[in-house]
Amino acid sequence: MSNQLERYKYDVVIIGAGGAGLRAAVEAREAGLSVAIVCKSLFGKAHTVMAEGGVAASMGNVNESDNWMVHFRDTMRGGKFLNNYRMAELHAKEAPERVWELEVWGALFDRTKEGKISQRNFGGHEYPRLAHVGDRTGLELIRTMQQRIVALQQKDGRDHGDAEKFIKVFAEVTITEILKENGKVSGAYGYRRENGEEILFEAPAVILATGGAGKTFKITSNSWEGTGDGHALALKAGGHLVDMEFFQFHPTGMVWPPSVRGLLVTESVRGDGGVLTNSEGKRFMFDYIPDVFKDKYADNEAEADRWYTDQANNRRPPELLPRDEVARAINSEIKAGRGTEHGGVYLDVSKRLPADVIKKKLPSMWHQFYELAGVDITKEAMEVGPTCHYVMGGAWVEPDTAAVIDVPGLFAAGECAGGMHGSNRLGGNSLSDLLVFGRRAGLGAVEYVKSNGANPVSEGSVAAAAAKIEAPFNNPGSENPYALHHELQETAHNLVGIIRTKTELEEAIAKIADLRARAKNIGVSGGRQFNPGFHLTFDLDNMLLIAEAAAKSALIREESRGGHTREDFPTMSSTWRQVNNITTWDGSSIAVEQKHLPDLTKELFDLFDIHELEKYMTSDELSQSRGGSN
Amino acid sequence: MARTMKLRIFRGNSKDGGLQDVSVEANEGEVILDVIHRVQAEQIGDLAVRWNCKAGKCGSCSVEINGKPRLACMTQVASFDEAETVTITPLRAFPVIKDLVTDVSFNYKKAMEVRAYEPPADLKPGEARMQQIDVERSQEFRKCIECFLCQDTCHVIRDHEENKKSFAGPRFFIRLAELDMHPLDTIRNRKQSAQEEHGLGMCNITKCCTEVCPEHIRITDNAIIPMKERVVDVKYDPLRWLGSVIRKREGIN
Repeated sequence: MSNQLERYKYDVVIIGAGGAGLRAAVEAREAGLSVAIVCKSLFGKAHTVMAEGGVAASMGNVNESDNWMVHFRDTMRGGKFLNNYRMAELHAKEAPERVWELEVWGALFDRTKEGKISQRNFGGHEYPRLAHVGDRTGLELIRTMQQRIVALQQKDGRDHGDAEKFIKVFAEVTITEILKENGKVSGAYGYRRENGEEILFEAPAVILATGGAGKTFKITSNSWEGTGDGHALALKAGGHLVDMEFFQFHPTGMVWPPSVRGLLVTESVRGDGGVLTNSEGKRFMFDYIPDVFKDKYADNEAEADRWYTDQANNRRPPELLPRDEVARAINSEIKAGRGTEHGGVYLDVSKRLPADVIKKKLPSMWHQFYELAGVDITKEAMEVGPTCHYVMGGAWVEPDTAAVIDVPGLFAAGECAGGMHGSNRLGGNSLSDLLVFGRRAGLGAVEYVKSNGANPVSEGSVAAAAAKIEAPFNNPGSENPYALHHELQETAHNLVGIIRTKTELEEAIAKIADLRARAKNIGVSGGRQFNPGFHLTFDLDNMLLIAEAAAKSALIREESRGGHTREDFPTMSSTWRQVNNITTWDGSSIAVEQKHLPDLTKELFDLFDIHELEKYMTSDELSQSRGGSN
Repeated sequence: MARTMKLRIFRGNSKDGGLQDVSVEANEGEVILDVIHRVQAEQIGDLAVRWNCKAGKCGSCSVEINGKPRLACMTQVASFDEAETVTITPLRAFPVIKDLVTDVSFNYKKAMEVRAYEPPADLKPGEARMQQIDVERSQEFRKCIECFLCQDTCHVIRDHEENKKSFAGPRFFIRLAELDMHPLDTIRNRKQSAQEEHGLGMCNITKCCTEVCPEHIRITDNAIIPMKERVVDVKYDPLRWLGSVIRKREGIN
């Protein structure tokens, strides 16, 4: 293939063109670097467009009491104190600037009466905090970033005579390998989806911004792109993943009709007054308020209802508990036989808001249910159930620079990076995460490139990467990639899903190993030109790694916390709270090792009431941290 | 309730190809993209179709269904009679790459030709003040998911390759209208530029674009017609031109 090989040289290659990738690109370009943006879809189609509710930032436009410290506390609580505290701190501090910057770049958020950016309530956030555009905030974010890239390219066109001199978008390209020479990143290798032709990027720095891995599961809100590519590329390059047992099952996905099962129903429905009921008509969330949240959530309907008009004097409705709590509650109701006809529960906003307000506040939800399910949400209840939505686990990175640990030159930001959200992510913290750490990854790459310079790719590495891409065409095997993917999704869903047990996880690990062995016999039909069977072969390899890392980490963590629930270990354990599960890939299997979480600094420790921390931490930790250093 | 669906799908590339008949199972509630995927998984492993979110939010799976530009993920199987053979072909206004996938790079080139938004030089982050009513007009156009169905259906370019050079198409007319109505954009000649650089004058308001828009953006009524009218105003009425310039600055404190 090498005679046809397309070759490029850049300072930095960014894999993924969602919010994190594009924000990184802007930062790197503005610092003078040349940037290749590589994405599997067309430019502007990344999964960020699906984000509905908003971007969390403590601007305090609706409630002046909000500030970064409150946001930090909420984020740590949501993640059940397993978050990398430094990431949560940077995120809470920098999110407002990142949102305001979007506005300077042309984003048009919904407004308050004073003309500021409006902010809405969301699960786990103490104050109205999510900047939003109806329920299509992600589209606004990605379009703004896309148009910012175009603006920078136009400027390069005017200043340098070539709009693509410093930023070029390579759409519909899959990266199969991060190349390294002398232990450091030297580039990335892949193929064009359109024609299967191979492509080489030589670059001393690569930023992973590939998003999630939901396609590993059967019921998911993720698009086909969510196949864990960045996670897998980091592992294969010698990096590690942190806490891969934590998957967020969003409580409200569509359950009917089957073809849209899993499609997201935004949390804004609950933020704007939607209530959850079971088949007996009972508003069941009052029965599921965990002890750690009892002082913040209303335990009766009257108080919960008053909260919508008077938030200062009432506790929040339990429908707005963090997502892991609501998902488990719905799961329990369905299992107890109190589910709806199609195996969900009811979510109803029609009794709370007038039809015109629903259509105004939740336009895409109205549209989605009307067109896909024949349900008019201004008149009737929706049927909803949990759907795999987000992976908290991801590449193990340095908080300040987003550098992937143990792989010099590799960076990761957004959903494919781990640590920030601990065991459970709050709604709205994803879009802010993309912007804060996308920018930081860009800065990290800039610093790295300045002090390291180019690292040429050897022809040996190119030949090895090319051979891997050619392999499935030469394989006489009869395994079908679609069928194997289907089996993997069933395994992950049934055995590594919302509720887990030791025996099922062991069974999953064995099945995944079997699937990996069978995947070696995938034979691809057809040629290289836009061949989805060929594409899935590579995506599947990544999802197998995700599933193995998730199952093995889940087996080891003998407690229940956030997006990881063990039926055989149903409570949180203060000793497990101190531990990150770090996964490594040796080329044939995943190994999981335990590392101690970094300790909270005294400054951050002191932001909490000691009695709250007692619910999460061991007494040793409390006495140490109380007198701890900065 | 499973049923059998008869499809006629284009198979081929830019050089040659033709329609292939297939029968495939379809279940209750499914959309055309579901049955295309079933054909792909069970019968034609290398059948090319572009898609992404499968929720009508990303605008990737644009195809022509019985000759009409549609999103495959938002077209219900139940909307077709069981006896009917449904024909699925790639977007006609763009070159075919393979099967149902077309080369839509025309649109990205046109996007590059629309001069970027430019805020006031002294606008500091967090200081913008705008009323909801003033952002709503542009927000309607920012709902665009870039499915390019409006571009595909527009007869100015659908069968007239020669017009592509000088015509940006409805998607970019709403982009220009969005910027024109954007309270913070300081570029003041969006209307003239729509007319003079992007071919607005070639549009004869047949509203085909509005009809196919899956986001129900009123492309013709709210973007194209007002811009055409204001081009006339601006060209012949200097006072109105001055007024529009002053109004633009109102949103900034």
